[in-house]
Amino acid sequence: MTVLSVRTLLLTLAALSVLLAAAVVFGLGVGSSGLSPGEVWDALRGQAGDGAAADIVLRIRLPRVLLAALVGAALAVAGVSFQALLRNPLADPYILGVSGGAALGGVAMLSFGAALGLGYSAVPPAAFAGAVAATSLLYALAGGRARFSATHLLLTGVVLNAFASALIVFLASVAGFTEGASIFLWLIGSLSGARVELAGWVGGFLALGLAASLPLARGLNALALGEESAEQLGVDVERAKRVLLVATSFMVGAAVSVSGLIGFVGLIVPHLLRLVIGPDHRLLLPAAGLAGAAFLVVCDTLARVVLESRELPVGAVTALVGGPLFLFLLRRHTLGVTR
Amino acid sequence: MTELRVEGVSLRLGGQPILRGVDLAVRPGEVLGLLGCNGAGKTTLLRIVTRVLAADSGRVWVGDTPLERMPRRELARRLAVVPQETHMPFPFRVGEVVLMGRTPYGGAFALDTPEDRRRAETALTKLGIAHLADRSILDVSGGERQLATVARALAQDPDVLLFDEPTAFLDLRHRVEVLGAVRELAASGRAALVVSHDLGLAARFCDRLALLAEGRVLASGAPAEVLTPANLRAGFGIEADVVPGPDGAPLVVPRVG
Repeated sequence: MTVLSVRTLLLTLAALSVLLAAAVVFGLGVGSSGLSPGEVWDALRGQAGDGAAADIVLRIRLPRVLLAALVGAALAVAGVSFQALLRNPLADPYILGVSGGAALGGVAMLSFGAALGLGYSAVPPAAFAGAVAATSLLYALAGGRARFSATHLLLTGVVLNAFASALIVFLASVAGFTEGASIFLWLIGSLSGARVELAGWVGGFLALGLAASLPLARGLNALALGEESAEQLGVDVERAKRVLLVATSFMVGAAVSVSGLIGFVGLIVPHLLRLVIGPDHRLLLPAAGLAGAAFLVVCDTLARVVLESRELPVGAVTALVGGPLFLFLLRRHTLGVTR
Repeated sequence: MTELRVEGVSLRLGGQPILRGVDLAVRPGEVLGLLGCNGAGKTTLLRIVTRVLAADSGRVWVGDTPLERMPRRELARRLAVVPQETHMPFPFRVGEVVLMGRTPYGGAFALDTPEDRRRAETALTKLGIAHLADRSILDVSGGERQLATVARALAQDPDVLLFDEPTAFLDLRHRVEVLGAVRELAASGRAALVVSHDLGLAARFCDRLALLAEGRVLASGAPAEVLTPANLRAGFGIEADVVPGPDGAPLVVPRVG
Protein backbone atom coordinates (compact mmCIF):
# COMPACT_ATOMS: atom_id res chain seq x y z
CA MET A 1 0.00 0.00 0.00
CA THR A 2 1.40 3.39 -1.00
CA VAL A 3 0.91 6.06 1.65
CA LEU A 4 1.89 9.70 1.88
CA SER A 5 5.22 9.83 3.66
CA VAL A 6 7.16 12.82 4.91
CA ARG A 7 9.70 12.01 2.22
CA THR A 8 7.14 12.14 -0.61
CA LEU A 9 5.73 15.35 0.81
CA LEU A 10 9.08 17.10 1.05
CA LEU A 11 10.42 15.82 -2.27
CA THR A 12 7.30 16.89 -4.13
CA LEU A 13 7.28 20.34 -2.58
CA ALA A 14 11.03 20.69 -3.20
CA ALA A 15 10.60 19.76 -6.87
CA LEU A 16 7.79 22.28 -7.26
CA SER A 17 9.91 24.93 -5.51
CA VAL A 18 12.66 24.37 -8.07
CA LEU A 19 10.05 24.72 -10.80
CA LEU A 20 8.84 27.98 -9.27
CA ALA A 21 12.41 29.29 -8.94
CA ALA A 22 13.02 28.52 -12.61
CA ALA A 23 9.78 30.28 -13.54
CA VAL A 24 10.84 33.35 -11.53
CA VAL A 25 14.26 33.50 -13.19
CA PHE A 26 12.52 33.18 -16.57
CA GLY A 27 10.08 35.93 -15.65
CA LEU A 28 12.82 38.26 -14.42
CA GLY A 29 15.11 37.63 -17.36
CA VAL A 30 12.74 37.74 -20.32
CA GLY A 31 11.39 40.97 -21.76
CA SER A 32 12.13 43.75 -24.18
CA SER A 33 15.72 43.64 -22.93
CA GLY A 34 16.71 40.04 -22.32
CA LEU A 35 18.92 39.21 -19.37
CA SER A 36 20.82 36.00 -18.69
CA PRO A 37 20.06 34.03 -15.49
CA GLY A 38 23.49 35.17 -14.25
CA GLU A 39 22.59 38.85 -14.70
CA VAL A 40 19.25 38.25 -12.95
CA TRP A 41 21.03 36.57 -10.06
CA ASP A 42 23.52 39.44 -9.73
CA ALA A 43 20.73 42.00 -9.74
CA LEU A 44 18.84 40.09 -7.06
CA ARG A 45 21.95 39.98 -4.87
CA GLY A 46 22.47 43.69 -5.40
CA GLN A 47 25.75 43.13 -7.23
CA ALA A 48 24.76 44.51 -10.59
CA GLY A 49 25.67 48.03 -9.52
CA ASP A 50 23.44 50.89 -10.58
CA GLY A 51 23.12 49.66 -14.14
CA ALA A 52 20.01 49.28 -16.20
CA ALA A 53 19.88 45.53 -15.48
CA ALA A 54 19.38 46.09 -11.75
CA ASP A 55 16.70 48.67 -12.45
CA ILE A 56 14.81 46.43 -14.82
CA VAL A 57 14.96 43.39 -12.55
CA LEU A 58 14.28 45.02 -9.21
CA ARG A 59 12.04 47.96 -10.05
CA ILE A 60 10.11 46.83 -13.10
CA ARG A 61 9.97 43.05 -13.30
CA LEU A 62 10.27 41.88 -9.69
CA PRO A 63 7.00 43.45 -8.42
CA ARG A 64 5.16 41.97 -11.34
CA VAL A 65 6.67 38.48 -11.05
CA LEU A 66 6.04 38.54 -7.31
CA LEU A 67 2.43 39.55 -7.81
CA ALA A 68 1.92 36.91 -10.52
CA ALA A 69 3.32 34.25 -8.19
CA LEU A 70 1.09 35.26 -5.28
CA VAL A 71 -2.07 35.62 -7.38
CA GLY A 72 -1.38 32.27 -9.07
CA ALA A 73 -0.83 30.60 -5.71
CA ALA A 74 -3.97 32.14 -4.23
CA LEU A 75 -6.15 31.09 -7.17
CA ALA A 76 -4.82 27.51 -7.25
CA VAL A 77 -5.16 27.02 -3.48
CA ALA A 78 -8.65 28.51 -3.65
CA GLY A 79 -9.53 26.11 -6.46
CA VAL A 80 -8.47 23.11 -4.36
CA SER A 81 -10.35 24.46 -1.34
CA PHE A 82 -13.61 25.10 -3.16
CA GLN A 83 -13.44 21.81 -5.05
CA ALA A 84 -13.00 19.96 -1.76
CA LEU A 85 -15.57 22.02 0.09
CA LEU A 86 -18.22 21.61 -2.60
CA ARG A 87 -17.09 18.04 -3.44
CA ASN A 88 -17.14 19.15 -7.03
CA PRO A 89 -14.12 18.82 -9.33
CA LEU A 90 -15.61 21.44 -11.65
CA ALA A 91 -15.64 24.17 -9.02
CA ASP A 92 -13.21 27.05 -9.50
CA PRO A 93 -12.32 30.05 -7.34
CA TYR A 94 -14.94 32.15 -9.09
CA ILE A 95 -17.88 29.78 -8.72
CA LEU A 96 -19.34 31.15 -5.50
CA GLY A 97 -19.95 34.68 -6.70
CA VAL A 98 -17.09 36.27 -4.76
CA SER A 99 -15.37 37.12 -8.01
CA GLY A 100 -18.58 38.63 -9.37
CA GLY A 101 -18.71 40.94 -6.38
CA ALA A 102 -15.05 41.85 -6.78
CA ALA A 103 -15.43 42.45 -10.51
CA LEU A 104 -18.46 44.63 -9.92
CA GLY A 105 -16.56 46.68 -7.33
CA GLY A 106 -13.61 47.07 -9.68
CA VAL A 107 -15.73 47.95 -12.69
CA ALA A 108 -17.75 50.46 -10.69
CA MET A 109 -14.53 52.20 -9.71
CA LEU A 110 -13.23 52.12 -13.29
CA SER A 111 -16.51 53.71 -14.41
CA PHE A 112 -16.97 56.35 -11.75
CA GLY A 113 -13.55 56.69 -10.13
CA ALA A 114 -12.36 59.44 -12.44
CA ALA A 115 -15.52 61.46 -11.82
CA LEU A 116 -14.90 61.14 -8.08
CA GLY A 117 -11.32 62.24 -8.49
CA LEU A 118 -9.95 58.77 -7.70
CA GLY A 119 -7.21 57.21 -9.77
CA TYR A 120 -6.54 53.65 -10.89
CA SER A 121 -5.08 52.86 -7.47
CA ALA A 122 -8.59 52.99 -6.01
CA VAL A 123 -9.64 50.00 -8.10
CA PRO A 124 -8.17 47.20 -5.92
CA PRO A 125 -9.76 48.48 -2.67
CA ALA A 126 -13.10 48.86 -4.43
CA ALA A 127 -12.86 45.36 -5.88
CA PHE A 128 -11.97 43.90 -2.53
CA ALA A 129 -14.91 45.68 -0.93
CA GLY A 130 -17.08 44.06 -3.60
CA ALA A 131 -15.65 40.65 -2.73
CA VAL A 132 -16.33 41.16 0.98
CA ALA A 133 -19.88 42.27 0.21
CA ALA A 134 -20.48 39.22 -1.99
CA THR A 135 -19.03 36.88 0.65
CA SER A 136 -21.25 38.39 3.35
CA LEU A 137 -24.26 38.05 1.10
CA LEU A 138 -23.38 34.45 0.25
CA TYR A 139 -22.86 33.62 3.90
CA ALA A 140 -26.17 35.19 4.93
CA LEU A 141 -28.17 33.69 2.07
CA ALA A 142 -26.74 30.18 1.96
CA GLY A 143 -25.70 29.86 5.60
CA GLY A 144 -28.72 31.44 7.22
CA ARG A 145 -30.07 27.96 7.80
CA ALA A 146 -28.65 25.57 10.34
CA ARG A 147 -26.45 23.79 7.82
CA PHE A 148 -24.59 24.97 4.76
CA SER A 149 -25.60 22.77 1.88
CA ALA A 150 -23.17 22.56 -1.02
CA THR A 151 -26.02 22.79 -3.50
CA HIS A 152 -27.34 25.90 -1.79
CA LEU A 153 -23.92 27.49 -1.83
CA LEU A 154 -23.43 26.70 -5.51
CA LEU A 155 -26.84 27.97 -6.57
CA THR A 156 -26.51 31.12 -4.50
CA GLY A 157 -23.05 31.72 -5.96
CA VAL A 158 -24.26 31.22 -9.53
CA VAL A 159 -27.08 33.70 -8.99
CA LEU A 160 -24.76 36.25 -7.34
CA ASN A 161 -22.37 35.95 -10.28
CA ALA A 162 -25.18 36.36 -12.80
CA PHE A 163 -26.50 39.38 -10.96
CA ALA A 164 -23.05 40.96 -10.79
CA SER A 165 -22.49 40.23 -14.49
CA ALA A 166 -25.72 41.98 -15.38
CA LEU A 167 -24.69 45.07 -13.44
CA ILE A 168 -21.23 44.97 -15.03
CA VAL A 169 -22.75 44.80 -18.50
CA PHE A 170 -24.90 47.77 -17.57
CA LEU A 171 -21.92 49.77 -16.33
CA ALA A 172 -19.86 48.84 -19.40
CA SER A 173 -22.73 49.86 -21.70
CA VAL A 174 -23.01 53.32 -20.28
CA ALA A 175 -19.23 53.79 -19.93
CA GLY A 176 -17.26 56.02 -22.26
CA PHE A 177 -14.81 54.59 -24.80
CA THR A 178 -11.70 54.77 -22.61
CA GLU A 179 -13.44 53.41 -19.51
CA GLY A 180 -14.99 50.66 -21.64
CA ALA A 181 -11.60 49.53 -22.87
CA SER A 182 -10.11 49.42 -19.38
CA ILE A 183 -13.17 47.52 -18.10
CA PHE A 184 -12.72 44.94 -20.87
CA LEU A 185 -9.04 44.45 -20.06
CA TRP A 186 -9.68 44.27 -16.36
CA LEU A 187 -12.34 41.59 -16.77
CA ILE A 188 -9.98 39.35 -18.75
CA GLY A 189 -7.35 39.80 -16.10
CA SER A 190 -4.00 41.50 -16.28
CA LEU A 191 -1.05 42.04 -13.99
CA SER A 192 0.21 45.19 -15.69
CA GLY A 193 -0.72 47.32 -12.69
CA ALA A 194 1.65 45.42 -10.39
CA ARG A 195 3.14 47.21 -7.39
CA VAL A 196 5.03 45.83 -4.42
CA GLU A 197 2.33 46.96 -1.95
CA LEU A 198 -0.26 44.95 -3.87
CA ALA A 199 1.95 41.87 -3.60
CA GLY A 200 2.07 42.32 0.16
CA TRP A 201 -1.70 42.60 0.23
CA VAL A 202 -2.28 39.38 -1.75
CA GLY A 203 0.47 37.63 0.20
CA GLY A 204 -1.28 38.39 3.47
CA PHE A 205 -4.55 36.86 2.31
CA LEU A 206 -2.75 33.89 0.76
CA ALA A 207 -1.21 33.26 4.17
CA LEU A 208 -4.67 33.49 5.74
CA GLY A 209 -6.11 31.06 3.19
CA LEU A 210 -3.33 28.54 3.77
CA ALA A 211 -3.51 28.94 7.54
CA ALA A 212 -7.22 28.13 7.35
CA SER A 213 -7.05 25.25 4.90
CA LEU A 214 -3.85 23.35 5.78
CA PRO A 215 -5.00 22.34 9.27
CA LEU A 216 -8.23 21.05 7.69
CA ALA A 217 -6.41 19.00 5.03
CA ARG A 218 -7.08 15.60 6.56
CA GLY A 219 -10.71 16.51 7.16
CA LEU A 220 -10.99 17.58 3.52
CA ASN A 221 -9.84 14.11 2.48
CA ALA A 222 -12.61 12.59 4.60
CA LEU A 223 -15.06 15.13 3.19
CA ALA A 224 -14.60 13.50 -0.22
CA LEU A 225 -16.59 10.56 1.20
CA GLY A 226 -19.55 12.88 1.77
CA GLU A 227 -20.52 15.28 4.50
CA GLU A 228 -22.26 12.71 6.69
CA SER A 229 -19.39 10.25 6.36
CA ALA A 230 -16.85 12.95 7.22
CA GLU A 231 -18.92 13.90 10.25
CA GLN A 232 -18.98 10.23 11.29
CA LEU A 233 -15.20 10.22 11.05
CA GLY A 234 -15.04 12.97 13.66
CA VAL A 235 -14.67 15.96 11.32
CA ASP A 236 -16.54 19.11 12.36
CA VAL A 237 -17.86 19.63 8.86
CA GLU A 238 -19.92 22.76 9.52
CA ARG A 239 -17.03 24.54 11.15
CA ALA A 240 -14.66 23.49 8.38
CA LYS A 241 -17.05 24.80 5.74
CA ARG A 242 -17.52 28.17 7.43
CA VAL A 243 -13.81 28.71 8.05
CA LEU A 244 -12.83 27.67 4.54
CA LEU A 245 -15.61 29.61 2.88
CA VAL A 246 -14.66 32.89 4.49
CA ALA A 247 -10.86 32.54 4.37
CA THR A 248 -10.87 31.32 0.77
CA SER A 249 -13.33 33.98 -0.38
CA PHE A 250 -11.14 36.73 1.06
CA MET A 251 -8.11 35.18 -0.62
CA VAL A 252 -9.92 35.12 -3.97
CA GLY A 253 -11.17 38.64 -3.40
CA ALA A 254 -7.64 39.89 -2.78
CA ALA A 255 -6.33 38.14 -5.91
CA VAL A 256 -9.13 39.44 -8.14
CA SER A 257 -8.85 42.94 -6.73
CA VAL A 258 -5.26 43.32 -7.99
CA SER A 259 -5.47 41.41 -11.25
CA GLY A 260 -9.04 41.16 -12.48
CA LEU A 261 -10.57 37.85 -13.44
CA ILE A 262 -7.68 35.63 -14.50
CA GLY A 263 -9.41 32.42 -15.51
CA PHE A 264 -8.34 28.82 -15.66
CA VAL A 265 -5.53 28.84 -13.06
CA GLY A 266 -7.83 27.82 -10.22
CA LEU A 267 -9.40 25.05 -12.26
CA ILE A 268 -6.49 23.66 -14.22
CA VAL A 269 -3.69 23.65 -11.66
CA PRO A 270 -5.57 21.53 -9.08
CA HIS A 271 -6.53 19.04 -11.79
CA LEU A 272 -3.05 18.87 -13.28
CA LEU A 273 -1.65 18.20 -9.83
CA ARG A 274 -4.24 15.54 -8.97
CA LEU A 275 -3.27 13.69 -12.12
CA VAL A 276 0.39 13.75 -11.16
CA ILE A 277 0.56 13.63 -7.34
CA GLY A 278 -2.91 12.38 -6.37
CA PRO A 279 -5.78 13.99 -4.50
CA ASP A 280 -4.46 13.91 -0.89
CA HIS A 281 -5.10 17.44 0.38
CA ARG A 282 -2.16 17.36 2.79
CA LEU A 283 0.08 17.38 -0.28
CA LEU A 284 -2.27 18.96 -2.79
CA LEU A 285 -2.88 22.25 -0.96
CA PRO A 286 0.75 23.35 -0.54
CA ALA A 287 1.66 21.90 -3.94
CA ALA A 288 -1.14 23.91 -5.57
CA GLY A 289 0.32 27.07 -4.07
CA LEU A 290 3.75 26.43 -5.61
CA ALA A 291 2.47 25.13 -8.95
CA GLY A 292 -0.12 27.90 -9.30
CA ALA A 293 2.60 30.48 -8.66
CA ALA A 294 4.94 28.96 -11.24
CA PHE A 295 2.16 28.60 -13.80
CA LEU A 296 1.00 32.20 -13.57
CA VAL A 297 4.55 33.60 -13.59
CA VAL A 298 5.24 31.75 -16.85
CA CYS A 299 1.90 32.75 -18.37
CA ASP A 300 2.34 36.39 -17.40
CA THR A 301 5.85 36.46 -18.83
CA LEU A 302 4.53 35.07 -22.11
CA ALA A 303 1.75 37.65 -22.00
CA ARG A 304 4.40 40.35 -21.78
CA VAL A 305 6.61 39.13 -24.60
CA VAL A 306 4.74 37.19 -27.29
CA LEU A 307 3.55 40.33 -29.06
CA GLU A 308 6.31 42.74 -29.80
CA SER A 309 4.61 46.08 -29.42
CA ARG A 310 1.97 45.33 -26.79
CA GLU A 311 0.86 42.97 -24.04
CA LEU A 312 -1.71 40.20 -24.17
CA PRO A 313 -4.07 39.98 -21.20
CA VAL A 314 -2.66 37.16 -19.05
CA GLY A 315 -6.17 35.70 -18.69
CA ALA A 316 -6.03 34.74 -22.36
CA VAL A 317 -2.60 33.13 -22.01
CA THR A 318 -3.58 30.92 -19.05
CA ALA A 319 -6.20 29.18 -21.15
CA LEU A 320 -3.99 29.00 -24.25
CA VAL A 321 -1.11 27.40 -22.34
CA GLY A 322 -3.08 25.45 -19.74
CA GLY A 323 -5.70 23.93 -22.00
CA PRO A 324 -3.46 21.82 -24.25
CA LEU A 325 -1.23 20.85 -21.31
CA PHE A 326 -4.25 19.67 -19.39
CA LEU A 327 -5.69 17.70 -22.30
CA PHE A 328 -2.32 16.04 -22.84
CA LEU A 329 -2.11 14.93 -19.21
CA LEU A 330 -5.74 13.86 -19.15
CA ARG A 331 -5.13 11.68 -22.18
CA ARG A 332 -2.05 10.09 -20.62
CA HIS A 333 -4.12 9.50 -17.53
CA THR A 334 -7.00 7.83 -19.32
CA LEU A 335 -4.49 5.65 -21.14
CA GLY A 336 -3.33 4.46 -17.74
CA VAL A 337 0.22 5.83 -18.02
CA THR A 338 0.06 7.80 -14.80
CA ARG A 339 -1.74 7.03 -11.57
CA MET B 1 -23.45 -5.03 28.90
CA THR B 2 -24.67 -3.69 25.56
CA GLU B 3 -22.62 -1.67 23.12
CA LEU B 4 -25.51 0.19 21.54
CA ARG B 5 -28.84 0.82 23.24
CA VAL B 6 -31.77 2.80 21.91
CA GLU B 7 -34.26 3.70 24.64
CA GLY B 8 -37.74 5.02 23.90
CA VAL B 9 -36.62 7.14 20.98
CA SER B 10 -39.34 9.25 19.37
CA LEU B 11 -39.13 11.82 16.61
CA ARG B 12 -41.58 13.90 14.63
CA LEU B 13 -40.52 15.46 11.35
CA GLY B 14 -42.72 18.08 9.73
CA GLY B 15 -45.48 17.28 12.22
CA GLN B 16 -45.48 13.58 11.26
CA PRO B 17 -44.48 11.02 13.86
CA ILE B 18 -41.60 9.05 12.32
CA LEU B 19 -40.44 7.12 15.37
CA ARG B 20 -42.66 6.32 18.36
CA GLY B 21 -40.74 4.99 21.31
CA VAL B 22 -38.21 2.67 19.71
CA ASP B 23 -36.22 0.34 21.96
CA LEU B 24 -33.27 -1.65 20.61
CA ALA B 25 -30.08 -3.12 21.97
CA VAL B 26 -27.08 -4.62 20.21
CA ARG B 27 -24.59 -6.64 22.24
CA PRO B 28 -20.90 -7.14 21.49
CA GLY B 29 -20.37 -9.98 19.05
CA GLU B 30 -23.92 -9.76 17.78
CA VAL B 31 -25.39 -8.86 14.40
CA LEU B 32 -28.83 -7.29 14.66
CA GLY B 33 -30.82 -6.97 11.45
CA LEU B 34 -33.21 -4.02 11.23
CA LEU B 35 -36.09 -4.69 8.84
CA GLY B 36 -39.13 -2.78 7.73
CA CYS B 37 -40.84 -1.39 4.67
CA ASN B 38 -39.81 1.91 3.08
CA GLY B 39 -40.80 4.74 5.37
CA ALA B 40 -40.91 2.53 8.48
CA GLY B 41 -38.26 4.74 10.12
CA LYS B 42 -35.10 2.62 9.72
CA THR B 43 -32.96 5.29 8.11
CA THR B 44 -34.27 7.97 10.48
CA LEU B 45 -33.28 5.76 13.40
CA LEU B 46 -29.78 5.35 11.95
CA ARG B 47 -29.54 9.11 11.49
CA ILE B 48 -30.36 9.57 15.16
CA VAL B 49 -27.78 7.00 16.22
CA THR B 50 -25.16 8.78 14.09
CA ARG B 51 -26.27 12.15 15.49
CA VAL B 52 -27.30 13.61 12.16
CA LEU B 53 -30.76 14.08 13.74
CA ALA B 54 -31.63 14.58 17.39
CA ALA B 55 -34.49 12.61 18.95
CA ASP B 56 -37.44 14.52 20.46
CA SER B 57 -37.42 12.15 23.42
CA GLY B 58 -35.62 9.01 24.49
CA ARG B 59 -31.96 8.30 24.55
CA VAL B 60 -29.20 6.46 22.73
CA TRP B 61 -26.32 4.93 24.66
CA VAL B 62 -22.97 3.93 23.23
CA GLY B 63 -21.41 1.71 25.88
CA ASP B 64 -22.31 3.52 29.10
CA THR B 65 -22.19 7.05 27.67
CA PRO B 66 -25.27 8.87 26.41
CA LEU B 67 -24.81 9.74 22.76
CA GLU B 68 -25.30 13.49 23.21
CA ARG B 69 -22.49 13.68 25.77
CA MET B 70 -19.93 12.01 23.59
CA PRO B 71 -17.38 14.31 21.90
CA ARG B 72 -17.40 14.07 18.11
CA ARG B 73 -14.02 12.37 17.74
CA GLU B 74 -14.65 10.01 20.61
CA LEU B 75 -17.92 8.94 18.96
CA ALA B 76 -16.04 8.38 15.69
CA ARG B 77 -13.66 6.05 17.50
CA ARG B 78 -16.54 4.05 19.00
CA LEU B 79 -19.00 3.91 16.14
CA ALA B 80 -18.45 3.48 12.39
CA VAL B 81 -21.01 3.72 9.61
CA VAL B 82 -21.13 1.97 6.26
CA PRO B 83 -23.53 3.80 3.94
CA GLN B 84 -25.40 2.28 1.00
CA GLU B 85 -23.09 3.83 -1.46
CA THR B 86 -20.21 6.29 -1.55
CA HIS B 87 -19.94 8.82 -4.32
CA MET B 88 -16.31 9.87 -4.54
CA PRO B 89 -15.47 12.99 -6.56
CA PHE B 90 -11.68 12.57 -6.52
CA PRO B 91 -9.41 9.68 -7.56
CA PHE B 92 -8.25 8.56 -4.11
CA ARG B 93 -6.60 5.16 -4.04
CA VAL B 94 -8.42 2.31 -2.29
CA GLY B 95 -5.68 2.28 0.38
CA GLU B 96 -6.10 6.03 0.95
CA VAL B 97 -9.85 5.58 1.37
CA VAL B 98 -9.29 2.88 3.99
CA LEU B 99 -6.78 5.15 5.76
CA MET B 100 -9.51 7.80 6.02
CA GLY B 101 -10.97 5.52 8.68
CA ARG B 102 -8.07 6.65 10.87
CA THR B 103 -9.19 10.32 10.73
CA PRO B 104 -10.52 10.35 14.33
CA TYR B 105 -7.15 9.18 15.64
CA GLY B 106 -4.74 11.65 14.06
CA GLY B 107 -4.05 15.34 14.34
CA ALA B 108 -5.68 17.62 11.82
CA PHE B 109 -2.77 17.79 9.41
CA ALA B 110 -1.07 14.66 10.70
CA LEU B 111 0.48 12.21 8.30
CA ASP B 112 -0.52 8.59 8.78
CA THR B 113 1.31 6.83 11.58
CA PRO B 114 2.72 3.28 11.31
CA GLU B 115 -0.21 2.23 13.50
CA ASP B 116 -2.65 3.79 10.99
CA ARG B 117 -0.93 1.97 8.17
CA ARG B 118 -0.95 -1.35 10.00
CA ARG B 119 -4.68 -1.06 10.80
CA ALA B 120 -5.49 -0.15 7.21
CA GLU B 121 -3.44 -3.02 5.82
CA THR B 122 -5.08 -5.47 8.22
CA ALA B 123 -8.51 -4.24 7.17
CA LEU B 124 -7.67 -4.53 3.47
CA THR B 125 -6.40 -8.06 3.95
CA LYS B 126 -9.38 -9.08 6.06
CA LEU B 127 -11.76 -8.01 3.30
CA GLY B 128 -9.67 -9.64 0.61
CA ILE B 129 -8.91 -6.44 -1.29
CA ALA B 130 -5.23 -5.91 -0.41
CA HIS B 131 -4.37 -6.27 -4.10
CA LEU B 132 -6.53 -3.22 -4.87
CA ALA B 133 -4.76 -0.90 -2.41
CA ASP B 134 -3.03 1.20 -5.08
CA ARG B 135 -5.92 1.27 -7.54
CA SER B 136 -8.08 4.37 -7.83
CA ILE B 137 -11.39 3.96 -6.01
CA LEU B 138 -13.03 5.27 -9.20
CA ASP B 139 -11.66 2.36 -11.22
CA VAL B 140 -12.85 -0.58 -9.10
CA SER B 141 -16.28 -2.23 -9.26
CA GLY B 142 -19.23 -1.25 -7.07
CA GLY B 143 -18.78 -4.39 -5.00
CA GLU B 144 -15.09 -3.76 -4.47
CA ARG B 145 -15.82 -0.14 -3.56
CA GLN B 146 -18.29 -1.32 -0.92
CA LEU B 147 -15.72 -3.77 0.46
CA ALA B 148 -13.31 -0.81 0.66
CA THR B 149 -15.94 1.12 2.63
CA VAL B 150 -16.31 -1.79 5.06
CA ALA B 151 -12.51 -1.92 5.34
CA ARG B 152 -12.49 1.81 6.06
CA ALA B 153 -15.04 1.28 8.85
CA LEU B 154 -12.91 -1.56 10.20
CA ALA B 155 -9.76 0.61 10.17
CA GLN B 156 -11.76 3.02 12.33
CA ASP B 157 -11.54 0.27 14.99
CA PRO B 158 -15.03 0.89 16.41
CA ASP B 159 -17.04 -1.03 19.01
CA VAL B 160 -20.24 -0.54 17.04
CA LEU B 161 -20.73 -0.80 13.28
CA LEU B 162 -23.83 0.49 11.54
CA PHE B 163 -24.66 -0.70 8.05
CA ASP B 164 -27.33 1.15 6.07
CA GLU B 165 -28.44 -1.33 3.42
CA PRO B 166 -24.82 -2.11 2.68
CA THR B 167 -25.67 -4.53 -0.11
CA ALA B 168 -28.45 -2.60 -1.83
CA PHE B 169 -26.55 -2.13 -5.08
CA LEU B 170 -24.50 -5.32 -5.08
CA ASP B 171 -24.85 -8.60 -6.91
CA LEU B 172 -25.41 -11.80 -4.96
CA ARG B 173 -21.75 -12.75 -4.70
CA HIS B 174 -20.76 -9.37 -3.31
CA ARG B 175 -23.77 -9.39 -0.98
CA VAL B 176 -22.56 -12.64 0.51
CA GLU B 177 -18.99 -11.30 0.73
CA VAL B 178 -20.00 -8.07 2.47
CA LEU B 179 -22.37 -9.80 4.89
CA GLY B 180 -19.73 -12.45 5.56
CA ALA B 181 -17.36 -9.62 6.47
CA VAL B 182 -20.01 -8.20 8.82
CA ARG B 183 -20.27 -11.58 10.55
CA GLU B 184 -16.51 -11.78 10.94
CA LEU B 185 -16.35 -8.29 12.45
CA ALA B 186 -19.02 -9.29 14.96
CA ALA B 187 -17.08 -12.45 15.76
CA SER B 188 -14.20 -10.24 16.89
CA GLY B 189 -16.44 -8.77 19.59
CA ARG B 190 -17.97 -5.78 17.84
CA ALA B 191 -21.68 -5.00 17.76
CA ALA B 192 -23.24 -4.67 14.31
CA LEU B 193 -26.58 -3.19 13.31
CA VAL B 194 -27.54 -3.92 9.71
CA VAL B 195 -30.46 -2.28 7.95
CA SER B 196 -31.60 -4.58 5.16
CA HIS B 197 -34.39 -5.16 2.69
CA ASP B 198 -33.15 -8.63 1.87
CA LEU B 199 -35.12 -10.79 4.29
CA GLY B 200 -33.49 -14.02 3.13
CA LEU B 201 -29.93 -12.84 3.68
CA ALA B 202 -30.86 -11.03 6.89
CA ALA B 203 -32.30 -14.25 8.28
CA ARG B 204 -29.11 -16.11 7.37
CA PHE B 205 -26.52 -13.57 8.52
CA CYS B 206 -28.10 -11.91 11.57
CA ASP B 207 -28.30 -13.33 15.09
CA ARG B 208 -31.45 -11.39 15.81
CA LEU B 209 -33.88 -9.31 13.82
CA ALA B 210 -36.01 -6.31 14.71
CA LEU B 211 -38.98 -5.43 12.53
CA LEU B 212 -39.89 -1.76 12.42
CA ALA B 213 -43.37 -0.68 11.34
CA GLU B 214 -44.84 2.82 11.48
CA GLY B 215 -42.11 3.99 13.82
CA ARG B 216 -42.43 1.15 16.33
CA VAL B 217 -40.64 -2.13 16.89
CA LEU B 218 -43.29 -4.60 15.83
CA ALA B 219 -41.29 -7.69 16.66
CA SER B 220 -37.77 -8.59 17.67
CA GLY B 221 -35.94 -11.80 18.42
CA ALA B 222 -34.48 -14.77 16.57
CA PRO B 223 -35.12 -14.73 12.81
CA ALA B 224 -37.72 -17.50 13.04
CA GLU B 225 -39.64 -15.57 15.70
CA VAL B 226 -39.72 -12.36 13.71
CA LEU B 227 -40.30 -13.66 10.19
CA THR B 228 -43.80 -15.05 10.66
CA PRO B 229 -46.72 -14.68 8.23
CA ALA B 230 -48.53 -12.47 10.76
CA ASN B 231 -45.54 -10.12 11.23
CA LEU B 232 -44.93 -9.92 7.49
CA ARG B 233 -48.58 -8.99 6.97
CA ALA B 234 -48.42 -6.30 9.66
CA GLY B 235 -44.94 -5.03 8.77
CA PHE B 236 -44.90 -5.19 4.98
CA GLY B 237 -48.58 -5.59 4.09
CA ILE B 238 -47.91 -8.80 2.18
CA GLU B 239 -49.21 -12.34 2.32
CA ALA B 240 -46.30 -14.75 2.54
CA ASP B 241 -45.46 -18.25 3.56
CA VAL B 242 -42.44 -18.90 5.72
CA VAL B 243 -40.70 -22.21 5.24
CA PRO B 244 -37.56 -23.53 6.89
CA GLY B 245 -34.49 -23.35 4.64
CA PRO B 246 -31.93 -26.15 4.33
CA ASP B 247 -30.06 -24.90 7.39
CA GLY B 248 -33.15 -24.05 9.40
CA ALA B 249 -33.09 -20.28 8.72
CA PRO B 250 -36.57 -19.14 7.69
CA LEU B 251 -37.25 -18.48 4.03
CA VAL B 252 -39.93 -15.96 3.13
CA VAL B 253 -41.98 -16.91 0.08
CA PRO B 254 -44.36 -14.11 -0.93
CA ARG B 255 -47.69 -15.21 -2.40
CA VAL B 256 -48.42 -13.99 -5.88
CA GLY B 257 -51.86 -12.73 -6.92
